[in-house]
Amino acid sequence: MEVAVRELLIEKGVLTADQVRRQVEDMDSRTPARGAAVVARAWSDPVFHRLLMADGNAAVETMGLERGPYKLVVVENTPDVHNVIVCTLCSCYPRWLLGLPPDWYKSRNYRSRMVREPRAVLREFGLELPQDTTVRVHDSTADMRYLVLPMRPVGTDEWQEQQLGALVGRDAMVGVAVCASR
Amino acid sequence: MSEQTEPVRFEPGEHVAVRAAHPPGHVRTPAYVRGCEGVIERLCGTYPNPEEMAYGRSGLPAQPLYRVRFRQADLWADYEGGPSDTVDVEIFQHWLQPTGVNNDGTPRRS
Repeated sequence: MEVAVRELLIEKGVLTADQVRRQVEDMDSRTPARGAAVVARAWSDPVFHRLLMADGNAAVETMGLERGPYKLVVVENTPDVHNVIVCTLCSCYPRWLLGLPPDWYKSRNYRSRMVREPRAVLREFGLELPQDTTVRVHDSTADMRYLVLPMRPVGTDEWQEQQLGALVGRDAMVGVAVCASR
Repeated sequence: MSEQTEPVRFEPGEHVAVRAAHPPGHVRTPAYVRGCEGVIERLCGTYPNPEEMAYGRSGLPAQPLYRVRFRQADLWADYEGGPSDTVDVEIFQHWLQPTGVNNDGTPRRS
């Protein structure tokens, strides 16, 4: 299907093969390291943190990152609230900050079960949440894209932004894991 | 308010119901919240209606888009987690109505 459409677009002169190649190259250059840098900055800089929560696109732009084609909503984990992202209708994902979504994010299993039994799905990812923690699932169904701001691991008060960034994994920014200092 | 934009009808904190409709075609409101009640979490902005754009139409007037917060316990009878667990869903205004009315706008008899 992809090949058929691509060949047709090129044959009809809508796109050139080089334009297609360049887009693929650009997409592959986006990795979760971008999101991790955003999280580390938010942990280190209270002014940036406030901007990130109020206007995610403007905040990431101040770091020299792409503003992104969709509105960025950042949801913050606290000792009482755990956030997790799913797109039940397709596979909406903040690609400009996290790169391509993992296969499980696009699977029917994850998409259907994360809204219905999030705690069971999180347990399968190795994340057992206390019963009194509020679980907030965010179904990315339209024009918003979501990034979870994980909790900063304890014992990292003296850490520099770059060291902190290394603690932030993709899964924590989707909300199926948390960050740990070791 | 321009003719190209549908006026905003709901405010954050307001209780709303999702229309219990099952139209054919490209629909961006997940089936699991249709007919359910939730609370407006925020107005996200106004966006051309994707259910129209899917068929090559303009999607205008643009529809206000909200994040609506549902209590998990209201959606699933056998929900495992606590009563404060929620799911937030982006829903376009034409899918929402005040609580306590039928799909056609008449008051619902209790």
